[in-house]
Amino acid sequence: MNFASPAFWPPTTQEIVFLLLGVIAVGSAVLVVTTRQLVHAALWLVVSFGALAGGYLVLTAEFVAWVQILIYVGAIVVLLLFGIMLTRAPIGRSADLDSGNQIAALVVGVATAGVLVSVLVAGFRHAYMPLTPGAGAAKPLGSSIFRTWVLPFEALSVLLLAALIGAIVLSRTDIRGR
Amino acid sequence: MHVVYPAVISALLFSVGVYGVLARRNAILVLMSVELMLNAVNLNLVAFDVWLRDQLHGGQVLTLFVIVIAAAEVGLGLAIVLAVFRTRRTVDVDRLRDLAEPDFPQPSPNGQAKVRESS
Amino acid sequence: MITIAALIVLLPFLGAAGGLLLSRVGGGPISARAGVPTRAIWFAILPTAGSALLTVWLAVQAAKGDGTGAFWDSWFPAEASGQLTVVDTGAVPISVGLAVTGLSVLVGILVVVVALGVQVYSVGYLHGDSRYPSYSAFISLFTSAMLLVVYSGDLLVLYVGWEVMGLCSYLLIGHWWEEKANSRSAVKAFLVTRLGDVGFLFGIFTLGMAAKSFRISDILAAQLPTATVVTATLLLLAGVAGKSAQVPLHTWLPDAMAGPTPISALIHAATMVAAGIFIVARLYPLFLAAQPTRDVLAVSAALGMLGAALAALAQDDLKRVLAYSTISQLAYMAAALAAGSDEAAIFHLTTHGAFKALLFLCAGAVIHHVGSNLMSRMGGLRAAMPLTFVTMTIGFAALMGLPPASGFFSKDAVIAAVEHARLTDAAQLLLYASALVTVGVTGAYATRAWLRTFFGPTQVEALPEPEPGTAHVFDGREAPPSMLWPIGILAIPALALGWTSVVELDLGSAAIDLVIALLGAGVVYAFWRSAPTRDPARLLGPFYGPCARAFYLDTVYAMVFVRPVLWLAQGVVHTDATLVDGAVRGSGRATLGLSRFVRLAQNGNAQLYVTGLLAGVLLIAVGAVVLG
Repeated sequence: MNFASPAFWPPTTQEIVFLLLGVIAVGSAVLVVTTRQLVHAALWLVVSFGALAGGYLVLTAEFVAWVQILIYVGAIVVLLLFGIMLTRAPIGRSADLDSGNQIAALVVGVATAGVLVSVLVAGFRHAYMPLTPGAGAAKPLGSSIFRTWVLPFEALSVLLLAALIGAIVLSRTDIRGR
Repeated sequence: MHVVYPAVISALLFSVGVYGVLARRNAILVLMSVELMLNAVNLNLVAFDVWLRDQLHGGQVLTLFVIVIAAAEVGLGLAIVLAVFRTRRTVDVDRLRDLAEPDFPQPSPNGQAKVRESS
Repeated sequence: MITIAALIVLLPFLGAAGGLLLSRVGGGPISARAGVPTRAIWFAILPTAGSALLTVWLAVQAAKGDGTGAFWDSWFPAEASGQLTVVDTGAVPISVGLAVTGLSVLVGILVVVVALGVQVYSVGYLHGDSRYPSYSAFISLFTSAMLLVVYSGDLLVLYVGWEVMGLCSYLLIGHWWEEKANSRSAVKAFLVTRLGDVGFLFGIFTLGMAAKSFRISDILAAQLPTATVVTATLLLLAGVAGKSAQVPLHTWLPDAMAGPTPISALIHAATMVAAGIFIVARLYPLFLAAQPTRDVLAVSAALGMLGAALAALAQDDLKRVLAYSTISQLAYMAAALAAGSDEAAIFHLTTHGAFKALLFLCAGAVIHHVGSNLMSRMGGLRAAMPLTFVTMTIGFAALMGLPPASGFFSKDAVIAAVEHARLTDAAQLLLYASALVTVGVTGAYATRAWLRTFFGPTQVEALPEPEPGTAHVFDGREAPPSMLWPIGILAIPALALGWTSVVELDLGSAAIDLVIALLGAGVVYAFWRSAPTRDPARLLGPFYGPCARAFYLDTVYAMVFVRPVLWLAQGVVHTDATLVDGAVRGSGRATLGLSRFVRLAQNGNAQLYVTGLLAGVLLIAVGAVVLG
């Protein structure tokens, strides 16, 4: 699995594209957690997820990339926007989106980043992966899911059903707890 | 491609998600931050799957599962947020203080703690 | 014989236990005449009477045979001793045993006679007192303790009785503890005598360690080095001064008059204060060998007898007059002991026990009758209380040393002994001069008290309400028979004891004493004749104030000892309250404060909890990476 690791400089085109997408993803994620407008946060989330999907494509995981676009950008963000609407959140700028915990959160966040980055860099400094196109296409992935991972897949469908019922029970007002 | 690049980006994304979970007041924004963290994990899974050349594609399959679970989580989470909103007329997490003790035992002058009657 | 002695000691003790435990059980009848539970009266009187009878029997037994030496040895020559058990202490063993000697028998007779009289008298005096059962039980306990002191064959057993006496004294002085002054007097008496007892205990230790035994007979037989004897006797002297109210530990006795009058008669005139003198006489060979101790005793006695007599001259409270007179008379006994004549001392102790108990009981009758202790409220009682008048006159005559009363003979014996004392010249001169002057002063104050009480215009006021303690409503009648009988019986020995002629009468010195006493009495009488309403104590002129306040000794003690101790106590209390309690409370408060601080994290904000959780996970991860 370990291949002769080429030098970091000069970077390949794939690396440049990936890094650009990564910078976009991280930057828009930062905007998600700092913006003062609720709806903008959801929209920056779309950008971040989109950039990640691009990153998946560069990493040759095409199927995952499309699923990412479909479910995250198409479903989850829409759900979140519905949530924003239903909780009658202010649409414009609001000053109090951050709690008083900001400084502690910043410290913990930075510390997390420091620890993770230093550990990952230390651990995988010399790891290199050559990218083979088509490795993550729908066909190999589908056959893998429905052969090897079919049991977890079924369990997951039951979980999804339970979540569906749970969401209905929680959101309907005419079902009262005993 | 060096493994370090996706790994570092996922770590940064995860940290941003951590910050968001801890710093944001609106429950929906907290949910968004959780999604960010999940995505960071997904990126890691995909990167290592590609690096390890897994014939069973465990990493990418698990990514798909995580996406599904994330969808279910957002659905349930939003339902909970809506239920909270209906009863409390607010979704600010730092104003939901029911976890705190209801009252503090005041020390009386003779040194014995006296728990005030809570109605 | 030793069984009889043990029974004599034990009977009052059982009476005390019975009186304390059983007097009120199941109700029982209340005596109509005395107003106290009948059973308590039986518990009080019967054991003491039994002891008295047994003592008579013991005396008869002891009188067999011939003996030489001091007069008590020729009266009661038979001696006996026995021991119940030996307590092995690891060092010097304690033998729990009694010893009957002539001196024990003599003093034992005095104790039981006075105790019986007081028990009978108390029935009348404490009419209707709700605490009579405990009171009489304490008297019984006291009697038992005193008899233990008298009959004990071992110094530590003796010390047990000695301390129980102190306890009973405290309890009985504070009988009317509702009044703050009374309980204060009780505490004062307790503390002052305890101070002396510390020395006494260490004296016992010194003797016991030197002689390798606490048995009195062994100690007297042992050949002890002079230094040890002097140290031990000086230490013992502290206890003697405390118990017998000698200078400088005498201040508790006048205040002890806060107790009921029978207690003053029993404990603080006749028996307990005599215990100190008795101890010195019991261990007399040691004291004879210790010349410095006797010099100290002589100086103390010389100061005490004159000072107390002068103080007695200026008191208005009849009982305080008698209290100071007790101190003065005890100083006479101490003087005789210092001079080397234990016979004179014990003779005076016996007669003094009789006449001072008589005087106190008479004073009690007068106080009972008048409702006040103050002589300025008395006067002219001769007609209303004829029997008390006659008996008290006998008592005063004995006190002054007028023939034919007993005091004449005993006091003459003391003064003759002092005249021929074997002491240091200066001490002897001081003692002799002081003794002679005191005779005159004694005549003066006795005459003054006698005149102010029984003669002159009537000053009695009827009190609307009987105060707790001394006062009863004036009813113009003689005291009840239960009080008169003991008075009458005690008057006989007070009058006649001197004729036993145990010590040869020195006619020359007796004549001098008589003249001086009559001189003192005459001066007071002349003053009184000229102005019957004025207090003859005004004769003292500018010395009246210091005499009335007993030469400010209490004030000095208060300034020198009491106040520093109180300050120290306050400091200790303050330290305890702020430092020790402060540390305890402070630790509690610190815990509460710290918990309140920690509790800030427990504010219900889930975000904060998650922050803490993640921070902890990070720390663990870092730790795992760095350490692992």
